[in-house]
Amino acid sequence: MSADISPAIELRGASKTFRTPSGGLHTAVRGLDLTVGRGEFVAVVGPTGCGKSTTLTLVSGLEEPTEGEVLVAGQPVSGVGDKVGFVFQQDATFPWRTVLSNVMAGPRFRGVPKAEAKQRAREWLSRVGLSAFEDRYPHQLSGGQRKRVALAATFVNDPEILLMDEPFSALDVQTRALMSDELLELWEGTGASVVFVTHDLEESIALADRVVVMTAGPATVKQVFDIDLPRPRRVEEVRLEARFIEIYREIWESLGEEVRITRERGAAHVA
Amino acid sequence: MSPDTLPKTTAAPTAAEPGKGERAHSRARAARRRKIVVGTARALLLVLVLGLWEVLSRANVIDTFNFSMPSKIWDQIYTWITHGTALGSLGEQIWYTLYEALLGWVLGVVAGVVFGIALGRITFLADVLGPYIKVLNSIPRIVLAPIFVIWFGLGPASKVASAVVLVFFPVFFNAFQGAREVDRNLVANARILGASDRRVTLQVVIPSATSWIFTSLHVSFGFALIGAIVGEYIGATKGIGLLVAQSQGTFNAAGVYAAMVILAVVALVAEGLLTFAESRIFRWKPSESDS
Repeated sequence: MSADISPAIELRGASKTFRTPSGGLHTAVRGLDLTVGRGEFVAVVGPTGCGKSTTLTLVSGLEEPTEGEVLVAGQPVSGVGDKVGFVFQQDATFPWRTVLSNVMAGPRFRGVPKAEAKQRAREWLSRVGLSAFEDRYPHQLSGGQRKRVALAATFVNDPEILLMDEPFSALDVQTRALMSDELLELWEGTGASVVFVTHDLEESIALADRVVVMTAGPATVKQVFDIDLPRPRRVEEVRLEARFIEIYREIWESLGEEVRITRERGAAHVA
Repeated sequence: MSPDTLPKTTAAPTAAEPGKGERAHSRARAARRRKIVVGTARALLLVLVLGLWEVLSRANVIDTFNFSMPSKIWDQIYTWITHGTALGSLGEQIWYTLYEALLGWVLGVVAGVVFGIALGRITFLADVLGPYIKVLNSIPRIVLAPIFVIWFGLGPASKVASAVVLVFFPVFFNAFQGAREVDRNLVANARILGASDRRVTLQVVIPSATSWIFTSLHVSFGFALIGAIVGEYIGATKGIGLLVAQSQGTFNAAGVYAAMVILAVVALVAEGLLTFAESRIFRWKPSESDS
C-alpha cells in the first residue's frame, strides 16, 4: 500500500502554459517541484501575479498541467477529486442560497441525504459562530461572515487537502487576524494538509509549518523555510516574538529580491 | 462572539431609535409629500392632454373623423362593454387575444431558455448553430405572420406561432448571455464541492442566469401581444386585433383607439403580475435601498 505512506501532495516538474486572448502564450508556472506531507500546513508566498494561484488549480484538478505530474495521495490528479477543498480569494458563496443551504451544498452535491447534510452543515455553522444566521442570504452578511460561510462550506466536506487562495486578502486587517486564528483552530481538529497561497509574508509565517518562496513569474520554487514556532499560535501575538522577526528577516531576504524583479518588470511595462 | 458577526442589517436606523425619531418622522413626511406631488402632476398631465384633444376636436381644429376624440373613444369602450362588439362580447375578444399571447409567450420562453442555456453551456452546439441563429434573427419576423395564417389557418394556432417567433429570440439571447456570463468562481467552487456537470447547469448556471432571463421576460410579453394582435389583424375569427381591423374597415377611428386602450390595460396588468413574481423569486438579491 504505497498510497498510505505517500505524501499528500506532490508536484513533479509541473508547468502550466495558458493561451492569452491575444494569441500569445503565457507560462504561469515552470518546472515546479513541491511536496506537502500529510497534515502539514504549507504557505506559498511570492510576488503579486507570479502564478501562485495556478499551483492551486493544478492540485485541485480544475486545470491540468501542460508538462510534469501532479499527485494527490500518490495518485495522479485527473479532474476534480473528492479529497480537495478550495477556499477562493473572491466571494464564491451562492448568492441565491441561504447560509445553511450554502453549507449544505457540498454534501448534497456528493449525494449525502438531506437530513444528514443539514445536520452536518448546522454543526459547522455553529463552529464558525454563524448558527443564528442560517436563514440569511449572503448579501445580508459582512465580508468576514461570508468568508466564514465559505470556510464552513469547505470543511463540511471533510477535505484531506485544503487549498486556500489568498482567502483573507479582501478582509480588513483586524478581521483578517481573527479569521486566521479561527482557521488554525478549525484546521487543528481535522488533520488536513493545507496549501495556503498569499502575498503577505507575515500571514504565511504566522500560519504555516513551512513557507515556500516562489520566484517572479513564471513561478517556480525558489527556497523553502521551516517555521519552528510552537503551536498553538495566536496570530496577533506570535508576530511580536523575536524568533518570528528573525524568520521574517531571513525569508524577506529571499522574497524581497523576487518582489524587486517583479516591480522592475512592471515599471518596464509602463514605460 | 466577535464584533463582525453582528448582523449588519440591524444597524439600519429605525424610527424607534431614541433621539432620531423626530428626524426619521420628518423625513417620512417629506417622502409622502413628494409622492403626492408627483401623483398629482401625473394626473394633471393626463387631464391636460386629453382635455386639449377633446376641446380642439370640438372646436373643429382637429378632424374628428380621422383622429376621433376622448369622449368618443370612451363611448366606444362603454358600448363594447355594455352591448358587446360586432364579434361577440368584449371579454371574449380580450380572452382570445390573451390566450394566444400567453400560450405563445410560454412556449417561446421555454424554448428560448432551453436553447439559450444549452448553447451557453455546450460550446460545440453554439459554434455549429450560431450563424444560423444570427440569420434567423435578422429576418424581420413579423412578416412570418401571413405565412403562419396560411399554414395554420384563421384559428389561434397561427397567432400563437407568430407570438412564439417574436418571443423566442430575445429570451434566447438573454439566456445564452446569462449562461455565458456565470461567475467562473461560482462554477469552480461548485465543481470543487462535488457538483457534476448536470448539477452545475441546474444549480449554478440557471439560477445565476435567471436575472438575465427575467429582464427579457418583461420585454417579451409585449412581443407576444404584438404577435397575437398582428396575427389577428391579418386574419382571424375573434380577438382584439380583429376588432382593430374591423374598426379600420368601417373608418371607425374611435374603435381603433379603444382597442389600443384595452390592450394597454391588459399589458400593464400582465407586467404587474410579472414584477410581483420577480420579487418573490429574487428574494436573495439585495434590494436597491438595502445595500
